[in-house]
Amino acid sequence: MAIVAIPSLMRDLTQGKAEVVIQGSTLRELVENIEAQFPGVKDRLCHEDANGVRISPYIGVYVDGALVEKGMRSPIGDSSEVHFLPAISGGSES
Amino acid sequence: MADGNGYKVVGTRPIRHDGVDKVTGRAKYGADLNFPDMLFGKILRSPHAHAKIVSIDVSRALAHPGVKDIVTSKDLPILSENILAEDKVFYKGHAIVGLAAVDVHTAEEALSLIDIEYEVLPAVTDVAKAIREDSVVLHQSLTTNTLGEKTGKPTNISSHVRHQNGDVEAGFAEADVVVERTFTTQTVHQGYIEPITATAKYNPDGELTVWTSTQGAFNVRQQVAGILDCPASKVRVVPLEIGGGFGGKTTVYVAPVAALLAMRTGQIVKVTMTRDEVFEGTGPAPATLIRLKMGATKDGRITAADTDLFYEGGAYPGSAVGAGANCMFAAYKIPNLMIDGFDVVVNKPSSHAYRAPGAPNSSFAAECVIDEICQKLDLDPLEFRMINGAKEGDRNPIGPRHGKIGYLETVEAAQTHDHYQVEVGNGKLRGRGVASGYWGNGAGRSSVNLTVNQDGTIMLLEGSTDIGGTRASIAMQAAEVLGIAAEDVRPAVVDTNSIGETGVTGGSRTTHATGLVAIRAAESVIEQMKEKLADHWEVNLNQVDFADGTFLNSDNQISFKEAARICSPVVGSVTESTTGAGGAFGTHVVDVEVDEDTGKVEVLRYTAVQDVGTAIHPSYAEGQIQGGAVQGIGWALSEEYVYDQKGQMVNASFLDYRMPTSYDTPMVDTVMVEVPNPGHPFGVRGVGEVPLVPPLAAIANAVSRAIGVRMTHLPMNPGSVLKALNKI
Amino acid sequence: MSRKVHVQTQINRENVEFLCEPRQSMLEVLRNELDLTGAKEGCNNGNCGACTIIVEGRPVNSCCMLGVEAEGKEIQTIEGVATPEGLHPLQQKFLEHAALQCGICTPGFIMNAKVLLETNPNPTEEEVRFWLAGNLCRCTGYDKIIRAVLDTTETTGVSTNG
Repeated sequence: MAIVAIPSLMRDLTQGKAEVVIQGSTLRELVENIEAQFPGVKDRLCHEDANGVRISPYIGVYVDGALVEKGMRSPIGDSSEVHFLPAISGGSES
Repeated sequence: MADGNGYKVVGTRPIRHDGVDKVTGRAKYGADLNFPDMLFGKILRSPHAHAKIVSIDVSRALAHPGVKDIVTSKDLPILSENILAEDKVFYKGHAIVGLAAVDVHTAEEALSLIDIEYEVLPAVTDVAKAIREDSVVLHQSLTTNTLGEKTGKPTNISSHVRHQNGDVEAGFAEADVVVERTFTTQTVHQGYIEPITATAKYNPDGELTVWTSTQGAFNVRQQVAGILDCPASKVRVVPLEIGGGFGGKTTVYVAPVAALLAMRTGQIVKVTMTRDEVFEGTGPAPATLIRLKMGATKDGRITAADTDLFYEGGAYPGSAVGAGANCMFAAYKIPNLMIDGFDVVVNKPSSHAYRAPGAPNSSFAAECVIDEICQKLDLDPLEFRMINGAKEGDRNPIGPRHGKIGYLETVEAAQTHDHYQVEVGNGKLRGRGVASGYWGNGAGRSSVNLTVNQDGTIMLLEGSTDIGGTRASIAMQAAEVLGIAAEDVRPAVVDTNSIGETGVTGGSRTTHATGLVAIRAAESVIEQMKEKLADHWEVNLNQVDFADGTFLNSDNQISFKEAARICSPVVGSVTESTTGAGGAFGTHVVDVEVDEDTGKVEVLRYTAVQDVGTAIHPSYAEGQIQGGAVQGIGWALSEEYVYDQKGQMVNASFLDYRMPTSYDTPMVDTVMVEVPNPGHPFGVRGVGEVPLVPPLAAIANAVSRAIGVRMTHLPMNPGSVLKALNKI
Repeated sequence: MSRKVHVQTQINRENVEFLCEPRQSMLEVLRNELDLTGAKEGCNNGNCGACTIIVEGRPVNSCCMLGVEAEGKEIQTIEGVATPEGLHPLQQKFLEHAALQCGICTPGFIMNAKVLLETNPNPTEEEVRFWLAGNLCRCTGYDKIIRAVLDTTETTGVSTNG
């Protein structure tokens, strides 16, 4: 079970909840499971490109405080904390 | 020559491998290539800040002797508006037409023969005006994106992010002192001394070669291939030495135009920007408007912070307001928080990354308000930071928990430093300011290829272009693992055909990510050599050990060099999407003296403390800190884009865009605190970007304390200081 | 288009001849005609010093000098500073002090500092900073450059002749 922090501007989709507990061993599973409970979240977080559905490039996903680098295959631990934050573009393509 | 950490190479200061070439002028930078029959490209840019392009007539230019080809956006296979404008221009300097001629002077002459009819539109070049309901709107199709949900109404506000924690109203009610201020910072440029340049060649077999100075050759490959609609595998990008980047060279400007002209003419085409083109045609750091209210108890605990951040994205959306929000309060524990961040388009060049993009602006506001709170509470500002400062396990107020960090260590080091112990001096307008700052640091994909030569030296191929000494720091990490001297590793930055994909040299990621991959490649080399030696010595593999640069089993012991003679060639090749970067903090102390007649601010003394994790090559880590601090001096005191009423930049030269010279700066004392990052074998933390985050506020706080007036607008040039002193 | 001018000059102690248009700067001639790319173009209007060369013993922004003005003059560029015997003390000190990061401004600084040390073998820190104020560096913040120049005077007692 991961503890997922819900960004302020998405709390309208989670009945105002700032934090939800979700199952998932990869980021992809987590997103699918959040969507199942709170429809509309996936659309806000993801976009579709030639490689399929991925997290929007404007969003950085932090698992246990660290930015994930393996996209949707990023592993999520049993009691991980997950945050969705605006992507930091450090000297790189904004 | 072991250092305190027990390393043999890490922590030492060898001469960098590319040093001799650079001090003798032999090193080849992007614009240093000359080929026979090469054409020179130039770009016609908009003279207007905002206009419709009614018509373009290139016939006179095409007829000019020596002009070989002319292109506009309709010749680009995939439209890319910032590369060549389509039917509207959004800033003075916006590229419209590219042409190639036999020499640069002919190309410049030909530009003046291009006839463009414009319908000039009103321009908006101030974020405060651009957010108003009655403002000129740049893009009719742009509506505000609030984390995926669009509002549907045309506006200049392209996105809104929000972070919310606790209850700010309750937090302010609990506070004994509340400070509310509005801050502005002006547009500033990365200021790299080498202008943007690219040279392109197209082979009839379909392979395109692009030589350029860039922070990311694979980025260039991807973008050029994308715009020219060809496979990336057909584009070879050769990164030459780069004359500064600071985030500004992580994207392409002229490379696609050079490539297109090369494809169409069949000749090699070089396009180099002039200095004024660099100012007006590339992405500067955003100007910002920030409102911030913070509250604290009388014993110095922060209770609440509420802020609105408005960042100029320039002509197209994409300012670093998100990163600004992420970093603003990272150093502190704040129970009640509301951050609203807005990305706003204006008629200026499309903003781009500049060293810790977004963070210097937001930290300017945060660290100045904290200073004012300290003054009101009569608390020492470093002591205040010890009370509120974050450590491992505390949350960044916007959410994630910090891993192992060294923030409080930087504050302690500043407190105990000699600089902080001596009086700042009085009798004149003198003041001392302190400020802290944070940057998240990147990881990501890098590739390294190691080859062991027979003589025990190593060829190290990497894709990370070297802007500040990373060749040396990567080579040193490999050398440490192999137990050999840094000089015995020969690093080379190679082209995109010769190495696996590697991310940009940016985001303070290189020493961590490429270093990590080099370490893994070295470990792979050792494993392979153990196998070969097991055969050679006719023992089992598990009887062969490696330690301290020596391979041994119960009967034999040989050095790496001797083993190389037996085993070579051995190749270790690794590509990895690395993780495990550690964020870093800095705390700066600055003393200034203000001349009350001229308003000029002199920086008397500067001490910059930073947690570097582990300094691989201390001289180059120090150099990053010093360089960032001095860029901060420029941003704080003299640099800005000045616009006239038509929205045109009037100071696009190094004369009037005033960057610090050697005469404007003191020595910069650096203190490197080392709290190793557990995510890297040697404890590395990125160092390059943090140093630009604290200086704006550190200097503003010093000036504010010197003159007794709170400075909230940058730059604090002589005119604005005299205004603050009510002298003009 | 005007006729090219034939120029005879001395660069790095060698006799050199070239053709150039009257409108070509010395910087352009060095970089495009003579393949001496050590002098760099940073601004092309005399404000950054990256193009500094030495003409008749004086530091000059080569972007502000015409190619035709080289006629009959003694010119030194960064390519002529080291000798077959080794690096000039300034070059060595720059390396030891890590006084370069990207290195684009380094040739200009070395040319200008070389003339400083020939003129004033023991300058103070302030004199060094003032003399070099015409050379912009964006990477180092100047600290290590100033230390390298000061160290060259102290340890090498250099009075540099070519």
